[in-house]
Formats: sequence, structure tokens, C-alpha cells
Amino acid sequence: MNADETIKSTPLCDKHVALGAKMVPFAGWNMPVQYSGILAEHHAVRNACGVFDISHMGQFLVSGEGATEWLNRMFTNNLNKLVDGMGQYSMMLNEKGGVIDDLIIYRLGKDDFFVVVNASMIDEDYAWLTARKPEGISLVNKSDAYVGLAIQGPECEAVFAKMCPGVELPVRNGILQFEADGDACVVCRTGYTGENGFEFFCPAEQGVKWFEKSIESGALPCGLGARDSLRLEMCYSLNGSDLSPEKTPLEAGLSWCCDLTKDFIGVEVLREQKAAGRPTALVAIEYTGKGAPPRHGYEVQLPDGTPLGEICSGVLSPSLGKGIAMLYVPAAHSKIGTEVNVVVRGKSVPAVIIKKPFLKK
Amino acid sequence: MSNPADYKYSSEHEWISPAVDGVVTLGITDFAQAELGEVVYVDLPSVGDTFSKEDSIGAVESTKAASDIYTPVSGEIVEVNEALDAEPNTVNNDAFGAGWICKIKLDDASELDELMDADAYTEFCK
Repeated sequence: MNADETIKSTPLCDKHVALGAKMVPFAGWNMPVQYSGILAEHHAVRNACGVFDISHMGQFLVSGEGATEWLNRMFTNNLNKLVDGMGQYSMMLNEKGGVIDDLIIYRLGKDDFFVVVNASMIDEDYAWLTARKPEGISLVNKSDAYVGLAIQGPECEAVFAKMCPGVELPVRNGILQFEADGDACVVCRTGYTGENGFEFFCPAEQGVKWFEKSIESGALPCGLGARDSLRLEMCYSLNGSDLSPEKTPLEAGLSWCCDLTKDFIGVEVLREQKAAGRPTALVAIEYTGKGAPPRHGYEVQLPDGTPLGEICSGVLSPSLGKGIAMLYVPAAHSKIGTEVNVVVRGKSVPAVIIKKPFLKK
Repeated sequence: MSNPADYKYSSEHEWISPAVDGVVTLGITDFAQAELGEVVYVDLPSVGDTFSKEDSIGAVESTKAASDIYTPVSGEIVEVNEALDAEPNTVNNDAFGAGWICKIKLDDASELDELMDADAYTEFCK
């Protein structure tokens, strides 16, 4: 985003401050990085239940005859695999096969979709899609209409039962539209933490009420700090850090959500990479020795000092108690078991490429 | 937590204890640890290293950020707080005591006069 753009706040901002959150700018939004502490919040999600404000994320509604065919050209995954009430992870690529955004798309009905996109990409995604939209298909940016809560952790079902008595959560990757306490709500059985969880969307003006209900029902407010360490332990990519317009989904290790048998923007580049081999690969490395936490931008080398690349995402894993990171390396050096060094302030910390994810569940 | 009256303070938020036989203890202040958040790793200097004042001698890493530790005095590292390897969050829990970073044998005790006293540092943090 440009420096002169004003920072946005979600409808829950005052509530975050009242709960003692430390607020930081993220993707153009003023967001809570932590309340009680990143480690406590991380462990709450792994062992009990946490709630994250995801109101900054974007929601589009796409409908009209031909919407399925059109979105199948815009996105990498195959929408013909979806039945009503189910969603899939997918990506939107540029002509070079690079990632513009990663997203989740739900089929509400025939030619009727609910799309959840990254906060920082709402305007760019909307403009990209609008420029390519055939007449007769409706694309509506509903991002400001919703407050979103990601409720995650092994106790999430009990929390939902208290928030919305009598409503049954959809199956994994499913979506349900329902009315609760007089509000039109949407619940999606997905998440970004690796735990059992759901994402709950309600009318923006009712957001504080539902956020409070989730806390009263047993969810601990959690900030972006814990969200980052939780997702990285699972090797879930963060757009802007692990995904970029310069890297294809094949390089990011996300070929499973790209159906190369259908035509979509960027598919030719992916087909060529599949045939000829991808130039780089996003690998997961784990410290084998003690050292300062790996962070974005740190250089990674082979033991002989040959530079391999720079860390995209890194953290001291709260669950594993060691440094973990992801970075792009030349595909020739991407084998599991490859020993590397992370350079931290001039010191080399030994690490090894491991099979994803870091946290085996 | 109030800033100990007999310590000296730097604008980079380190504290220095009164010299005993020419040796001072260095740590980061309670204000600094609160700003950093949960400390997960302390990059300690090595015993025998020598530094000039304002050199980076190591780093304190929290869940959020890495922050260099700058020594406000010149000298030689004579001891480091190895207990921080196992329990880095001692820096959060007891910044002015058990969370000390290292002990430094002073080259020039007059450098201490350039530092803030507790009142001046308290004012500096406002």
C-alpha cells in the first residue's frame, strides 16, 4: 500500500483496545498483534480455543449464468469439483503464472459463489476481476459489510454451540448461511491454524456483540502474532511473504490446488514448469542447533557458504521450541535432509530442510 | 517497576549497575522489556570480547522483533548470564535483577558520568 493511504480500522478496534491489545499496522489495517501474550495465545489455540478478528479480509459475491466457467478461467482450482455448500482453496495468477492472491471460494448454489480474499489484496483483486468480467455476471465487493471472526482450536465446537445454539457446524470446507439472534450469519469450516475451527461472518454493525459472545463462550482473544506462528508451524503460505507475483504455485508447493487440465490465466507457464522443472522451490527448514529466531530477510547458505536464498517467513516455533522458516531455494538444493546455515547477525545457525509441515498432527 | 536509583541508564534503554572493582553489570530496562514483549532468545556476547561504547554486543529477541543490545561503556566482557539460554523470559520477569545480560570490566570509569540517572531516565521514557 502507499504511505499516503490512511490506515483502516475494523469495527472491533475499540473492543481490542479495551481488551488490552497492542495494535500494529498490518496490510493497511490497524490490527491487534497480541492481547495476553503471543505464546499464551498460540497455546490456547493448540490446546483450547482462540478467536481472531479477520474483519480486514475481503469477501466477494459472484453470481450469474456462466459464473462457474468464468471463475474457472480466473482461478487455478477446478470449481466443477464443488457441490453446493462446499469450498476450496484456490489461487488467482497473473499472465506469468505468478500469484496475485490466494483465496477460498465457496459454492452457495449453481453459478453462485462466496469468495474470501486477503486484506491487502481486496482492491487489486476486485480491479483484476472487474476488468475481465463478462457482462451478465455480478461481482460484488461485500468486504465492508461483514465482521469476520476466526474461531480456532480443539474446543471450537463447544464455543460454537454456545454462540449459536441449535445450529450445526458444516463439515470441513463447508459453508452454512443461517440466522442467529436476528442476524444473517455465515459460517465456514476452515482456518489458518491447523486446528479444528471455523470462520464466522456477521453483519458489521453486530460484530462487537458476536465477538463478545465468542469470548463469553470460551474463546481467548488472539492477535496476529499467534496467527503467524500457528500458520507457519503448518507451512500455510502468507501472501506477500511466501507467495508473490514472481513465484508460481508450483514453486510454492501448491500444485495440488492447480488443475492443469483446464484453462486459466497463467496455466501455460505452469504446464511448462511442470514439464521442464520448476526453477525454485519453497522449502521448510528447521534449526538443528541453538540460535536466534529466524526472521524474514535472513540469508540461508549451504555449509560451504554458497548463498541459497532469503527467509520468507520465520519464527521460533512455540509448539516445537526451535527455529522454523520457509524460503525459496534453487530446486536442485530443495531435497529433504539438505543441511543449511541461517546467517543471523554474522553467526551461522545450522538447520535442515524437512518435509512439510513442521507440526505433524 | 521503578528504575533503581543507584543504576545509570542509556538512551538505548540499557542499565548499568554501580562499579565494583571496576566491573559493572549491564541489562535492559523494564521499559525496554515491556516494549519488546515476550523475550524468546538472548544473543549473548562471549567472555573475553572487547567493545567500545555504543557497540552492539548482542541482541534480545522477542516474539515480535530482534533488538540490538548496545553497550554504553567500553570494556571487556568478563561474565555473561548463561541462565538466559534456558530461561530468556527472565528478562521480562526481572529486568533489573536476574535478567542481567553481562558484566563488563570498564576501560574508562568516567564514561559512566555521561549516562542518565534514574530520574533523568524516568523522564526520558515519558
